[in-house]
Amino acid sequence: MTQRKRLSATQSSSQSRRQTGSLLAQEEDDDSTFTQPSSTQVQRGLEKLTPAQVDQKTAEVVQYFLVKDQKKIPIRRADLVKHVVKEYRNIYPEIMKRAVRIFDQVFGLKLVEIDTKNHMYILVNKLETVEGASPINSPTNPKMGLLFVILSVIFMKGGVVRENLIWNTLKKLRVDPAEKHEEFGDVKRVVTDEFVRQRYLEYVRIPHTEPPEHEFRWGQRADMEVSKAKILEFMGQLHEQDPQSWSQQYREAHSTPSSTQASTSSQR
Amino acid sequence: MSSVTIHCFEFLKKYRCLLYSPIDCKYRVPSAAPHVDLLQVAVIHPTLQTTGSLKRAEEGRGGGNSRKARSVSDELSRDMSQQMGDSHRRFLQTMMANGIVDEQGARALYQHCCETHSTQCTPDKLDDFIDTINSRLQPMFMQIRKGMSEDNGQQYYALVNMAETNVTRMSSDYADNELELFRKTMDLIVGSENGKASSTDILNSTDTMTAKKLKKSETEHLLNRFVNDKWLNEKRGEYTLSTRCIIEMEPYIRAMYQDQVKVCHICRNIAFQCQICENPACGIKIHNPCVARYFKGRSEPRCPACDDFWPHEIPEVRRPQSRSRR
Repeated sequence: MTQRKRLSATQSSSQSRRQTGSLLAQEEDDDSTFTQPSSTQVQRGLEKLTPAQVDQKTAEVVQYFLVKDQKKIPIRRADLVKHVVKEYRNIYPEIMKRAVRIFDQVFGLKLVEIDTKNHMYILVNKLETVEGASPINSPTNPKMGLLFVILSVIFMKGGVVRENLIWNTLKKLRVDPAEKHEEFGDVKRVVTDEFVRQRYLEYVRIPHTEPPEHEFRWGQRADMEVSKAKILEFMGQLHEQDPQSWSQQYREAHSTPSSTQASTSSQR
Repeated sequence: MSSVTIHCFEFLKKYRCLLYSPIDCKYRVPSAAPHVDLLQVAVIHPTLQTTGSLKRAEEGRGGGNSRKARSVSDELSRDMSQQMGDSHRRFLQTMMANGIVDEQGARALYQHCCETHSTQCTPDKLDDFIDTINSRLQPMFMQIRKGMSEDNGQQYYALVNMAETNVTRMSSDYADNELELFRKTMDLIVGSENGKASSTDILNSTDTMTAKKLKKSETEHLLNRFVNDKWLNEKRGEYTLSTRCIIEMEPYIRAMYQDQVKVCHICRNIAFQCQICENPACGIKIHNPCVARYFKGRSEPRCPACDDFWPHEIPEVRRPQSRSRR
């Protein structure tokens, strides 16, 4: 199940929602009652507050994003309003405008609304990676190696693959999804749940398949964070082949601007 | 085919850092030190207080005219943004990913960031470079702060969180009873003569916990977590506060342990692992590395305050190693 599906499911069944009263449902309620204030409302709201109060609230919002983004799960506007913005919701657009500016100017990060319907945000790094040159070795997450392999397979196979292909590829790399892996843990859960919630992958059931079969695509976060040109470069090294020899992939990798500056793709 | 894929995995393993980097999490907010939840008194950094009072003065003058005040702060931020470039941002992101970097590493990183973004790098201007970052970080209640390691006397830079808000509380990965154990460990360390707490003493202190009691195995596991998360150091069953912990918590420790806290006579920072003058009328404290530096090359060591003979063993001055950890 993708996150999006689950959300739309909870939205449509508003009755059962009220009955269960689960946490998720309550937050959903919060967001539905939240209406974006108009610019005159914002103006009036700002006049009642001191600049220090607005700065303080902006700082809290920035910290909230930085803290929550560590798990790479998209941040929901409903949660942001409920836990941080609170009584300042009448100036919400102004606070977000300032937060976006701070991420850009201070941290070199871009705050992106990844899902305009359900209002979810992620942070994307704006600075290009410099190949292995940093004198400081930052801690790395081994799961990203796993993700890199999966994204590479999907990209090389034209953007969508059946799940069996992924599992078989991983088996050949001595990662058996049926077994607990020493570094990745429950591989199947990491791939079909964690990566999906982080929006690195889409994992969707193929219609009319029995037993059900699924296919993988790149998720929105992968589109924004991962450079296709770099993947192709890696493939070239792996197969000792010129990246240009995969002409279709090469065109795709170089037609769209490199991931991190892909400002157009972030607007959808 | 299978030889290719095995090759691929080995390749991945070998080039882990290089490969992971395009999609790796490069930034992390400094998780607030475990004390934050226990904080009873608000510890506000002096620089924050001054900006706060500045703003209040501004408001006072402006009265209800918030628009005017806002345009002033807008102008200020525009000025500062001109100073901060991608080299600063890259430096900050690396600090966020690591939490703490030694001085040598920070210098190398400074040079690397400047070269990457083709900006001028003046080797002795690292602190100015960091000041520029701090001027924009402080409104977010964060700061890159410098401090000395009590183990090797080297300078370190740590990214610290100065806020005590609901938000930073969420970043704390510890439960209430776990935080209580951390505070008890700190009590033991601050109250000790040598700045250390033994695992036995820490295990015994769980008897007096008010929150849900921790079992022996849980306590041992938790102490390991504190070490892994770089809040504590462990050596032969004895725990000390890590450099990052001391840098981040200095204002808190000074406020919470006013009567117990030791201050180094040489560098004026708080001291845990130190030597103490044995003259009962004097009793000044000096960090071990400060002792080493101060008495280096003196034939007869004498207390810098009371001039009594300094009876302790004088440690060697440690030279910075090529790439030391922590």
